[in-house]
Amino acid sequence: MIKSKQKDFIQKKETKIIKGNEAAAFAAKSARVQVISAYPITPQTTVVEKLSEFVDNGLMPGTQYILVESEHSVMACVIGASIAGTRTFTATSGQGIFYMHEMLHWAAGTRLPIVVAIASRGPAPPWNIWADFTDVTSQRDTGWMMSFCSAHQEIFDDILMSYKICEDSDVLLPKFVAYGGFVLSHTSKPVIIEDQDAVDAYLPPLPDEKGWPHIFIDPDRPMMHGNLIMPSGFYAEFRLKIHDAMIKAKSKITSAAREFDRVFGRNYGNGLIQEYKMDDADVGVVIYGDLALQMEEAVNQVREEGYKVGMVKLRYFRPFPTEDIVNASKKVKILGVIDRATAFGSQTGGPISGEVKSALHNIKGAPEILPIIAGLGGREVSLEQQKEQLKILIKINESGELPKDLIHGTLWHGKLEVK
Amino acid sequence: MADTEKWKAINKSRDKRPKLQEYKNWKELSPIPISLPIDGSIGITGDWRTFRPIINEGCNKCGICWMYCPEAVISKKEDGSFEINYLYCKGCGICAKECPTKNIEMKREDDLKND
Repeated sequence: MIKSKQKDFIQKKETKIIKGNEAAAFAAKSARVQVISAYPITPQTTVVEKLSEFVDNGLMPGTQYILVESEHSVMACVIGASIAGTRTFTATSGQGIFYMHEMLHWAAGTRLPIVVAIASRGPAPPWNIWADFTDVTSQRDTGWMMSFCSAHQEIFDDILMSYKICEDSDVLLPKFVAYGGFVLSHTSKPVIIEDQDAVDAYLPPLPDEKGWPHIFIDPDRPMMHGNLIMPSGFYAEFRLKIHDAMIKAKSKITSAAREFDRVFGRNYGNGLIQEYKMDDADVGVVIYGDLALQMEEAVNQVREEGYKVGMVKLRYFRPFPTEDIVNASKKVKILGVIDRATAFGSQTGGPISGEVKSALHNIKGAPEILPIIAGLGGREVSLEQQKEQLKILIKINESGELPKDLIHGTLWHGKLEVK
Repeated sequence: MADTEKWKAINKSRDKRPKLQEYKNWKELSPIPISLPIDGSIGITGDWRTFRPIINEGCNKCGICWMYCPEAVISKKEDGSFEINYLYCKGCGICAKECPTKNIEMKREDDLKND
């Protein structure tokens, strides 16, 4: 019944000046999601508010909008809906993800193609609601794919690409689409909302009554999933299959991004990373999220001063694009990795910098890595500061000297200090 | 023991359990493990029982025990009375508690064996 109604609405291609959260809501609408479960949390709230507005105004005919009492229930609700064979969507942030955590493992273990928008915020305490990706990166081992968006348009585009990737029968995994709280979620930019017919043609068809191939709810074909599996059972084999699907997803991400470029004309590199002026660069940075957008400008300005710098925008944290990072890194002598997130007690203190370091282990011609942590808890990272970060890397390249103020080997850039 | 015959029957029915796939290697597995319905998929759970519910004479055939049984081991006979499948009854006692005529008695298994 839902499905026939879903055909009723039409969206013409138009450019709207909207907030990042609204871009996420428009993407969910364009993907014709069938079940949305919602619980408010800053800075995500306006995503589900906008969706409730769409549903209430009849712009998403047949879509079930379910308001529940907590994030744990939100995830349980979309898991149930997805098992029943529907395309599902929700959004959350910071503490909300932590509350969902148990159900995240259930979603990945059940191999459900759920897509969740994350307006990232710093974990409490101290209480913080501003951009910081620790909320997403700390869900690293749940079996969810995770990508970062650096622009409003990318939020819209990446959510559409996500459904294509997640619903692929070789992948069948859930995914987070993360973007910085407030810095993207609550600022306005022009976003192209694509023509509905083009989106329908790009995305796989909505699941039919039979549901997903591996799990379904059908009284005539009863089945049970999630019950006890003994140590002698196939537990390890099913875990291995999740890892295998995640690695295989890399090629699906690339093909989804390439097809997106062909159909809609917006290029996201190979989907996993985007290189910017890396080919002749001496030093480079790996950066992700909203900071990457401004870093492009910093790279341009530092290049005008005569230095060969480049950057790699990391789009995916899981699956981690190991090969792409290795190939891009080899082009430079010094590589800074800028984290807007923390991984306490790890080798570098930052989740991505540690990952990049381990990817480059035993690689011939690998550059020296300088882990940088900046912009935690939404602290502004100005264009000048990003240029300074690049110049620190240039200085290391020229003199071989590391900055004196490294803390446990990591540059915590932009700390408050009294001079 | 009459139970032995039932054991054999159960083991036979297990062989008839639908097999979704034969395990060759991890690659050939379906994405998730699923279970299909079958009697006693994890064994003879009646072994767990400490107290055995016994339906005494005087049952008014109301069917409340049959409705409340969480393991669905109480079944209706042709004459309208009820019988309990002790192979899978765990002896929780809900039937005895709910019986409006108090005709279900919980008897300790050890005592029954000694009789």
